[in-house]
Amino acid sequence: MRQGFLSRNPSVLVFLLILALFTLGVTLLSHAYGSAFLSTSFIKTLGKTLCLCLVALAMDLVWGYAGILSLGHMAFFALGGYMIGMWLMYARTEEIVVQALANAPLPATPQEISNGVASQIFGVVGGAELPAVWTFAHSLPLQLALVVLVPGLLALAFGWLAFRSRVTGVYLSILTQAMTLALALHLFQNDSGLRGNNGLSGLQNIPGLGGVSQDRLSVWFFWASAAALALGYLLAAWLVSGKFGSVLRAIRDDEQRVRFLGYSVEGYKLFIFTFTAVVAAVAGALYYPQAGIINPAELAPIASIYLAVWVAIGGRGRLYGAVIGAAFVSLLSTWFTGGRAPDVNLGFATIQWVDWWQILLGLAFVLVTLLAPQGIGGLFDWAAGLRHPARRGAPLGPAEGALQEREATE
Amino acid sequence: MSALLEVSGVSVTFDGFRAINNLSFNIGAQELRAIIGPNGAGKTTFMDIVTGKTRPDEGSVTFGERSVSLLALSESRIAQEGIGRKFQRPTVFEDQTVFDNLMMALKKPRSPFSVLFFRPSGRDAARVEELAAEVGLGDHLARKSGELSHGQKQWLEIGMLLAQEPRLLLVDEPAAGMTLAEREHTTALLVEMAKTRAVVVVEHDMEFVRRLNCKVTVLHEGSVLAEGSLDHVTKNPAVIEVYLGRG
Repeated sequence: MRQGFLSRNPSVLVFLLILALFTLGVTLLSHAYGSAFLSTSFIKTLGKTLCLCLVALAMDLVWGYAGILSLGHMAFFALGGYMIGMWLMYARTEEIVVQALANAPLPATPQEISNGVASQIFGVVGGAELPAVWTFAHSLPLQLALVVLVPGLLALAFGWLAFRSRVTGVYLSILTQAMTLALALHLFQNDSGLRGNNGLSGLQNIPGLGGVSQDRLSVWFFWASAAALALGYLLAAWLVSGKFGSVLRAIRDDEQRVRFLGYSVEGYKLFIFTFTAVVAAVAGALYYPQAGIINPAELAPIASIYLAVWVAIGGRGRLYGAVIGAAFVSLLSTWFTGGRAPDVNLGFATIQWVDWWQILLGLAFVLVTLLAPQGIGGLFDWAAGLRHPARRGAPLGPAEGALQEREATE
Repeated sequence: MSALLEVSGVSVTFDGFRAINNLSFNIGAQELRAIIGPNGAGKTTFMDIVTGKTRPDEGSVTFGERSVSLLALSESRIAQEGIGRKFQRPTVFEDQTVFDNLMMALKKPRSPFSVLFFRPSGRDAARVEELAAEVGLGDHLARKSGELSHGQKQWLEIGMLLAQEPRLLLVDEPAAGMTLAEREHTTALLVEMAKTRAVVVVEHDMEFVRRLNCKVTVLHEGSVLAEGSLDHVTKNPAVIEVYLGRG
C-alpha cells in the first residue's frame, strides 16, 4: 500500500497550515473584518507579496528543478497584469463615460460611449481610437482567457524556437533577457496600443464594485492571492513529487543522458517553461489590481533578475525555499526603500538605506551563492541535522561523486 | 541471419578531418561484438552516429526488422526504438535515489503528459527491486546515488540500461577504472546480456577483450581494418602495424 500524497510530502501540509493561519491572522487584524491593527496599504503589500511568492514558485520550478535560468518570467507576470488591466481600465472608464453622458438630452449611442472611452483612455498619448489589441477589453471572460493565452502562447513560441535549437545555459538566459527587453521597449512606445510609459492606471477601482470600500477590496484580493498561492503550491508539489519531477531534475543535471534514456528533453523543457509562464501570468493578474498601476518599467529585465535573486536567497530546488525567499526579500525591500529604516551615521558618511539597500541585496546574493548555496531553506536541513559533507582533497575515482581523499581516510 | 543494425557507407567530416570514412558493418540480433582501435580511429564518433548525437554526411544506418533509418530520428526516439548507451564515466543522477534512477529508466511511455500522470504500480516497484538485486544494489534502493562508490555507480548504470530493455547496447570502455574483481563481474554481465540482445563494446584493454571471447572489429582512420576473432585480427600485419605495434 502506497502512502498518500500529503504523507509523502509533509512540507506541503505544513506550508498550507502556515498560509491558512497567516491569512486568518491578517483578516482578523484588518480594517474591514477585524481590529484595524493593519493599515489597508499594508494589507495590499502583503497581498502583493503573496503574488510574488507565487511567481517565485514558478521560477523555482523552471530554474531550481529544470535548470533553465529564465530571465523572462517577470515579463509573463507583467503581461498577465496588462491583460487584466485592460479590462479593469476599459470597464471602469465606461462606467464614468456612461454617467457623464446620462445628463445629455438624448440617450447615448453605443458608438458615442465607445468613442468616449477611447478618448478618455488614449487622450494621454494623443489618440482617440481604441487600438486593435483592445478588441476584447470590454469582456471580462475574454480578457481573463487572454491572461492565460497571451503569455502562454508567447512562452510556447519562444520556448519552441529556443529549445529546439538546443540553446542552453547562459545563452538561454541572455536570450530570455533579450525577449524581455524587446517586449519592454515595445510597450514603452506610445503607439504600442497600451499607453506607452503611462501604462495602465486606476486598476484598484474594480468596475461594478464602486460601492465596496478599498478596506474590504484589499482583504478580498489578499484572500484570492492566498488561495492562488495555496493552489499553485499544491500543483507544483504534485508536479515535482512523481516521475515528472525526477525527469526535470535529471534534465537539470545531465540533459544528454536523459535523451539517451529516451525522454525528449525539448518537450519537457517546453512544457515546464510554458506552464510556469502561465502561473506567472496568473500571479501578475492578481498583483496589479492591488498595485493599482502597471507600466512598462515593471517588465524591465531587472525585475526578472530580482526574481532569480529571491529564489537563490530562499533556496532553489525546494518549493518552500522560493516562497520564503520572495516573501523575506520583498518585504525587507519594502521596509528599506520605504524610508522607514533608520539611517546609519558613520561620521564621515551617512548610509541612507533607500540608496544602499540594493548594494546590501547584491552583497547578500553574492554571499549566499558562495557560502550557503542552499539559501534560507538550508536552515531547515541544518535544524533537522542533515549536513552536507564538506568535501575536500582530490577525487579518488574518475567520477565526480567518488570519495574524496580525506573522506576515505576518516 | 539478418542484421539488427546495419551501417553502410557512412562518412562524417569535422572541420575537414574525416572522422569516419566509408564505414560499413552489421551486427546481429544476439551478438557480442568488441570494437578496438587506436585513439582517433572513430570509435566514439561511431557510437555518436548510431545514437543520433552526430549526423553523418553520407551513408545509411538502419535498425530492426523493418530497417528503420536512424538518421532521421532524434536521440530520444532512437533510445525508444531500443538502443541503449553506456558512457565511459558512470552517469547516474546523483541527486536522486537508486530507486528513482531505475524508475526513470524503466521502459514506459516517455511523453511529458504520460509521465506527468504516471504513478508506479506495485509491479513497477517490484521490477525495480528485481533489477537492483540483479546488479547488487538491492540494499541501496533508498540511498542517493551520489553516495555510491564508483563501481556501484557503474552497476546502477547497467541496471538502468537493463530497465530500458534495449535491443542493442553500446558500451564505452566498461572496464575503465575498475579493479580486477569488478572487471570479472562486468565481463560476466556483458556476456549474459548478449544472450538476449546485441551488445557492442568499445574497449582499449586487450586483456578485457580476450575475456569477452567474441568477434572483434578493428577500426582505423574511420573505417574497418579487420574483423574476426581476436587471434585472427592480432595476426593481421596491418593491425599489428597501426595498433598493436605501438604497444
